[in-house]
Formats: sequence, C-alpha cells, structure tokens
Amino acid sequence: MSQKVLLSSKEIHIILHRLACQLLENHLDFTDTVLIGIQPRGSFLAKRLAKLLKEEYQVKEIKLGLLDITFFRDDFRRGEKPLEASTTSVDFLVEDKKVVLIDDVLYTGRSIRAALTAIQSFGRPNEIELLTLIDRRFSRHLPIQPNYRGRQVDAINEEKVKVLWKENEGKDVVYLVNR
Amino acid sequence: MPALSVRHLLGIKYLNEQDIQLIFETADQFKEVINRSIKKVPSLRDITIANIFFENSTRTKLSFELAEKRLSADVLNFSASQSSVKKGETLIDTVNNILSMKVDMVVMRHPNPGAGIFLSKHVNASIINAGDGAHEHPTQALLDSYSIRERLGDVAGKKVIIVGDILHSRVALSNIFALKLQGAKVKVCGPKTLIPKHIESLGVEVEPNLRKALAWCDVANMLRVQNERMEMSYFPTTREYTQQYGINKEILESLDKEIVIMHPGPINRGVEITSDVADSSQSIILHQVENGVAIRMAVIYLLASQLN
Repeated sequence: MSQKVLLSSKEIHIILHRLACQLLENHLDFTDTVLIGIQPRGSFLAKRLAKLLKEEYQVKEIKLGLLDITFFRDDFRRGEKPLEASTTSVDFLVEDKKVVLIDDVLYTGRSIRAALTAIQSFGRPNEIELLTLIDRRFSRHLPIQPNYRGRQVDAINEEKVKVLWKENEGKDVVYLVNR
Repeated sequence: MPALSVRHLLGIKYLNEQDIQLIFETADQFKEVINRSIKKVPSLRDITIANIFFENSTRTKLSFELAEKRLSADVLNFSASQSSVKKGETLIDTVNNILSMKVDMVVMRHPNPGAGIFLSKHVNASIINAGDGAHEHPTQALLDSYSIRERLGDVAGKKVIIVGDILHSRVALSNIFALKLQGAKVKVCGPKTLIPKHIESLGVEVEPNLRKALAWCDVANMLRVQNERMEMSYFPTTREYTQQYGINKEILESLDKEIVIMHPGPINRGVEITSDVADSSQSIILHQVENGVAIRMAVIYLLASQLN
C-alpha cells in the first residue's frame, strides 16, 4: 500500500479560509443558517470551519450540529460487520433554516443521500447546501454535487482518499492511498 | 465495530461482556433517535419480524413492537390464545408456517423454559427470547442494567439487591447473569420458600432481612410475586409478605443514603412497593420502560445485521 500527499497542512489551512469566506459571502451573519457535520469524519471539518468563522471572521453565533447517518444508510447488512453508529448532537430544529451539510470526502454520494433523509428528523429546512473538503470527481453513483469544494480529485476506484485532522490524528494532511 | 457473538438472543447466559457493552453503546444512539420529533429510522425496512406470544404481556410486547416499528421493520403479531395452537398445532409447525411467509426474525414469549433454545435449533430465523417460563428474560435484564448505568454512571462495583419472588422470576435470573457479567455485587432477598436452593452457586448471597439488604445496596430491584406460577402457598398471607418484604417511604427514609428503586412491572402497588415509593424521585421505573425500547432496538438492529 503506497500513499502520496494530496494536500499538506498549509494547503488545508488556505482551503479552509477560502471555504469560510465562501460561506460568509452566502450566509453573512448566519442567523438563518446552521452547519451540520456528518459523523464521524465530517465533524472535524465542521468544527474547524465554525471555529474559523467565529475567531477569524467575527461571526457572533453559529449553530453547529453533528449528524450520524448510520441508521439511514442503504448498505445495512451488505458489509462484513454491523455499521457503527456515532453520536448525533443536533440540539436545534432546522425548520425554515438554511442547512450546510459538511463532510470530508464526497465519493459516491450515498452518505449525502442518507444525510438528506436523516436531517428530515429535525424539521423541514428551507434549503440544503453541501460543503466537502475533497470532491472525488467521476465516482458518483447519485446526482449529488457540492456547492462548496476544497479540492477536486480525479481518483480511480482502487484509490482511497484519507483525510487526517490535527484534533484526531495529530496532523492535518490529505493522502491519496493505493489500496 | 465488533459484531455480537451470537445469532440469537436466547438468554444473558450466552452473551459475553463485550456483547453487553456493544448493545449499550448502540442503545445510546437509539435513545437519541427516539427522543427526536421524528422517531423512526429506515434501517430494517427489508426485514419482517414476528412477535409470537404464548403468554400474556403488555409492556414487553408493546416495547418490542414499538422498537421494530421505529426501525421500519414489517411486524406480524401472533397471540396463542387466538391461534391454531388451540387446535393442537406444535410449536415448530406454528413457527415454520409463520416463517414460510418470509419472516426473518422471531420474538417469542413462551411459558416453557428453553422454548427459544429449542426453536433456534429447528428453524432458520433469528430468535429473540422475550421470556421463557421462569428461565430467562434477557432484554429485561439488559434494560435494567442499562438503566442502572444511566442513573449511576456504571454497573461495575455497584451493589444490587433483588427482592421478592426469586424462585419463579426469569427477570431475577437474567439480572443475576447480566449484573455479575458487568462486575456488580448481587444479593437476593425474599421469603425462604421463594429463594431457589443453591442460588449461591451463581455468585450471589442471600440476605433474608430486607432492612439489612437495603442498608447494604445502591440499587433495589423489587419483583412482583408471581401468583400465576404458584401451585401452592409459599407464604401465609399477602399482608405478611408486605410487612416483611414490601418497601415503603418510611423504610427508605430510615436509610442514611438514597438508593435507586427499580421494578420490572407490572407493579402490585401496596404489596412489594407502595405508591409513594414507586412514584418518588428515587424510582426509575418509567425510565426502565423508556430504555426498554432503545435496548430492544439495539438488540434487533445488531441481530438483523447478521442475517444473510
């Protein structure tokens, strides 16, 4: 198994600032907008963006939720092991809000489809947008595209994109791994 | 994520500690789900579950049915009193006929101990024991332990007293297995006639004095006297039983600590527990009922994930 660096810590830092600015441009003070990180890996990105918006761009208040999609996935009983659920922490309703779903990698689109179903448990949003750090082009199984993307990657199916976060793995880096 | 070590849930005896932790961690997530405004997930939309009850049940049957529906499974309800069992059909024939309708899982309550084990050897479906005679009631024990963990943070090291009709109680036996597996200290308390011989071999102590037992414990699990399983008289009168083994506010207030009160239901108010205790802040009886749905969702979900 070999791996090459797709994005370094510095590049991730720059991309996160750009994504934060793009969110600011569309959502201004975030009064009608909520950020929802898709558990487990999208949560790191969502938390990082919320922190950036508050500390670097002086957004007073941002509603941030973490959404687990395990029970909404369409591959139940299709894998070797049971799907492991993470914690859902959405302590607000998304009724009439603009929701920004946040995930680290957009691959087939199935996780996002599950998230679109799961979010309905918390109300009927006005609109839903999608932000991903990595968009694996040409790998989609469903007609789902991101509104905000960090980097577009052309990876073949045998390759895997691995995103590591400082909070969890001790460093920010994105690898392209040959399986 | 590890899978359960079993294909069926026939009793706590067949589980290991990792299984119980996995069930609890999964139940944590389902507890969050059932507290949402939309309490349903689509996980089991391609699964059909038959609830086969050869004995009366209110709480367990409702709880299982609700858990199944919250998971989007298709549910068949079967009650022996309105079925062909009355016409002489055997258990295996009854279940095989139900399975012919493409049922994936069976939840069964039966008056005979071991009925679930017997069935699991003869039919090709995942079996969940919802109580088999005076043998085991695994989901009740799981939800009891889960409720202790929720209230006290952990089960390990906690002192639990099980009070009442231990002899006829499947809840008692499953609880003993579950609590011991998780490192709790367990004592039983009740009339000598309602304590099984050699119960010490399960690693529990017998404490005949209720007040001493309550002074020792962190949790008191009060059991109902199961008159329906009694073929003879085990104590002189209900009044005498209540005086010796019933719990009331006065006894609780005489303790120098606050203990947790549990009851698997149905309660005989004024017999094993008075209303002011059952409805007090020390009682977690209704939390047990709520946790029952989350625990049963977790058990069904984890067993269903192993179906071919």
